[in-house]
Amino acid sequence: MSVNYGSKRIVVGAHYGTRDWLSQRITAGLMAVFTLLLVGQIIFSKGPIGYDKWAGIFSPQWMKILTFAVIVALTQHVWVGVRDIWMDYVKPVGVRLSLQVFTIIWLVACAGWSVQVLWRL
Amino acid sequence: MLASYLAVTTTKALKMTETASTQRPKRREFRNINAFTDLPGYRLPLAGMVSILHRVSGAIMFLLLPFVIWMFDTSISSDLSFERFKSVFNTGVFGLPGVLWKLVVLALIWAFLHHFSAGLRHLWMDSSHEAVSKEFGRQSAAATLVVSIGLTLVLGAKLFGLY
Repeated sequence: MSVNYGSKRIVVGAHYGTRDWLSQRITAGLMAVFTLLLVGQIIFSKGPIGYDKWAGIFSPQWMKILTFAVIVALTQHVWVGVRDIWMDYVKPVGVRLSLQVFTIIWLVACAGWSVQVLWRL
Repeated sequence: MLASYLAVTTTKALKMTETASTQRPKRREFRNINAFTDLPGYRLPLAGMVSILHRVSGAIMFLLLPFVIWMFDTSISSDLSFERFKSVFNTGVFGLPGVLWKLVVLALIWAFLHHFSAGLRHLWMDSSHEAVSKEFGRQSAAATLVVSIGLTLVLGAKLFGLY
């Protein structure tokens, strides 16, 4: 295999730390695009926004799929960020592990709930 | 040999700091920051403020995530729940007035706007070497604060029905 360390590391390889860093940036980009798309639909809609207009934004299948992708991206993004917080401030291994487990449960539960809301519509 | 060399350079360095300290008042140096004794007097540069607020805003949104999904749920599930959603912010729920719930939403608005603009600043600095400088760090940090606080005021005024 060719040189695979230092600046020659493969970005798409595993466990360099770069992967989490990069995934946080890419998920951020997706969420930023989604935000602009959503805000744009609200700003350029005519008249007051009632239930029909609000629900209408999320009713097309492509919007549901995109929102689902954003939910998954958000879960990954928050996992990297919150784990950083625990790693910076919480040193005892047991406490840190408990907080990380809590974070995973919290995020997966929230993701499940929002997906349910999304596809019930 | 090495020890004596180090000793000489240290004395030199000490002399240099002495001359420097006669010109300028000495600032307190921090090595390991204690959250309770050091943090209140710790002077953060603008970029440091934006950085810690990026973390704080992220933590706020993480903890309020169930509230965000609850808002998504009630606002979108049916026109009946949509009315319930509106009444929470007008008449309140769980014995708490609507204004208080609006304040929670205002905190979320600020957190999102700050996290969003500080995140764009991050992406910019990740992709441009020119952006990684002391001046750009300070200027872009100031711009981030202006944008996030300004937009929070605009959207907050809308939230509380000022226009």
